[in-house]
Amino acid sequence: MNDNYFEIIRAGINTTFQDEGRDNLYHIGIPFSGAMDIRNFYLANKLVNNILNTPIIEFAYQGPHIKFTGDKLNFAVTGDVVFKIKKNGIGIDGKCYESYQIENGDEIDIISTNKSVYGYLSIGADIDISYQWKSCSINTRAKIGSNDGNKLSEGQKFSLLNLNTNYNKKKINYINTKIENLRIIKGTNYDYFSQEGIQNFFGKQFIVSKLSDRMGMRLEGPKIENIVNTNIKSEGLIKGVIQVPADGNPIIMLSDHGTIGGYPKIGVVASVDYDRLVQISPGSKIKFKEIELSDAETLFKLYEMETQNLLSQI
Amino acid sequence: MIKNISNLGDAAVYCDFGKEVNKEINSNVIKYFYSIRNQKIKGINNLTPSYNKLIISFDLKLTNFNEIKKKIENLNINEVFIKNNKELKIPVCCDEIFGLDIDILEKKLSLKKDKILENFFNTEYFCYMTGFIAGMPFLGDLNKNIHTKRLETPRVIVPKGSVGITEQFANIYTFESPGGWNIIGNTPVEMFDSSNEKDPNMIDPGDKVTFYEISLNEYKSYNER
Repeated sequence: MNDNYFEIIRAGINTTFQDEGRDNLYHIGIPFSGAMDIRNFYLANKLVNNILNTPIIEFAYQGPHIKFTGDKLNFAVTGDVVFKIKKNGIGIDGKCYESYQIENGDEIDIISTNKSVYGYLSIGADIDISYQWKSCSINTRAKIGSNDGNKLSEGQKFSLLNLNTNYNKKKINYINTKIENLRIIKGTNYDYFSQEGIQNFFGKQFIVSKLSDRMGMRLEGPKIENIVNTNIKSEGLIKGVIQVPADGNPIIMLSDHGTIGGYPKIGVVASVDYDRLVQISPGSKIKFKEIELSDAETLFKLYEMETQNLLSQI
Repeated sequence: MIKNISNLGDAAVYCDFGKEVNKEINSNVIKYFYSIRNQKIKGINNLTPSYNKLIISFDLKLTNFNEIKKKIENLNINEVFIKNNKELKIPVCCDEIFGLDIDILEKKLSLKKDKILENFFNTEYFCYMTGFIAGMPFLGDLNKNIHTKRLETPRVIVPKGSVGITEQFANIYTFESPGGWNIIGNTPVEMFDSSNEKDPNMIDPGDKVTFYEISLNEYKSYNER
């Protein structure tokens, strides 16, 4: 073990290393993976002066509790997260979107994500982990990425290299906005569904099921009646596709999704809403609103400009 | 050769090569796949060939649907790079501990186990696509005598290495996964090697595959050789 490392005292529920993910591998069955909420991932790295694509710790619901051993370490937390910094056994409340510096023996205890799903812990150093296809992103299903493709677990230690010990506090005022109305572009099997099914899909509320994870978000709500065929010839999937299997409950594909699927596609979530989509927690109510491709493109441009603007303020 | 191009969401192009599933249509899909990949078109970040479709994902920060659509329509398909296809022989053990659905298949198909296996092993298969989970090959076409539907209730866990059949296709579960195919046996061969980043798949689209039967003892000693 290197002189600088962190140890996991409590792993949290779904704690992994993530970066931008890996591309050009759908054809062999490997999805992008990568940080679920890309904007918060970038903001966390920028707050500690990292290159934007630096590996980061992503957690869901409950985060990790880690202890730092070494010189000095800068870190930041983004998302809607409750956490404490512990120095000599005394805990102080931390604030998201601010950078902190800790010293030998200090701890970071990430208690929970507040009415959201994912949070990010960036570290002003290179974590000594392995890469596959140029990405550290952990895909637990195919056992790909750093940490042998497994979630982080209690007792593990990770060496830190190239520590940036210069510290001047960086912060930004940012509030995560929540969405209930997701903007949807018509899917390629839109006409497989009855008029009533379509009206249910775009008119009524759905509830996010507990059976949601990095692979997909399952929804429960009114039945979406299929009048053509509940199966299609298996074909490619992408992030944000909404498939409707025979039971009529829609599933939204998320970053670790299977690359091929055989259920009809009723719609696709517009890219502009993806970061906020992944943050919708189980039990929440959502609705769908249809928009045109050209509007989706414009909205994404504006969202991307806003992200760049936030990054430039740090 | 592409019948229709449409958008799938705001960051992917959906190319439809026709309704049928056959080798001719699929080889067109694969030709386009290699050809587009070879041209390294700006903004394209993923290609998913399947039986009769090709989905092209792109980075919406760098390009958009109309730009990619135009490039695909003007693609010179003659300058394609075709990969050398392999011919593979894969061992499968159909002992009852692995053939989880043989009993059900005997009823569904009104065929005895030995007839089902005879039909399965006496056919050369063609790999139409890989995916769903890393490296999973979709192989066709099964002899008509053993065409059957998916399980009504998919399994939550299908063991790694399981060999399954559904409709005109066979596949191999490269990792433990949920799944609804009818499982007839298991292969001891490691089908996906993530340490080989250049060529992790044992079976690639376009490859020819035949299966041969091995006993439980041969299965157990397979990886000790």
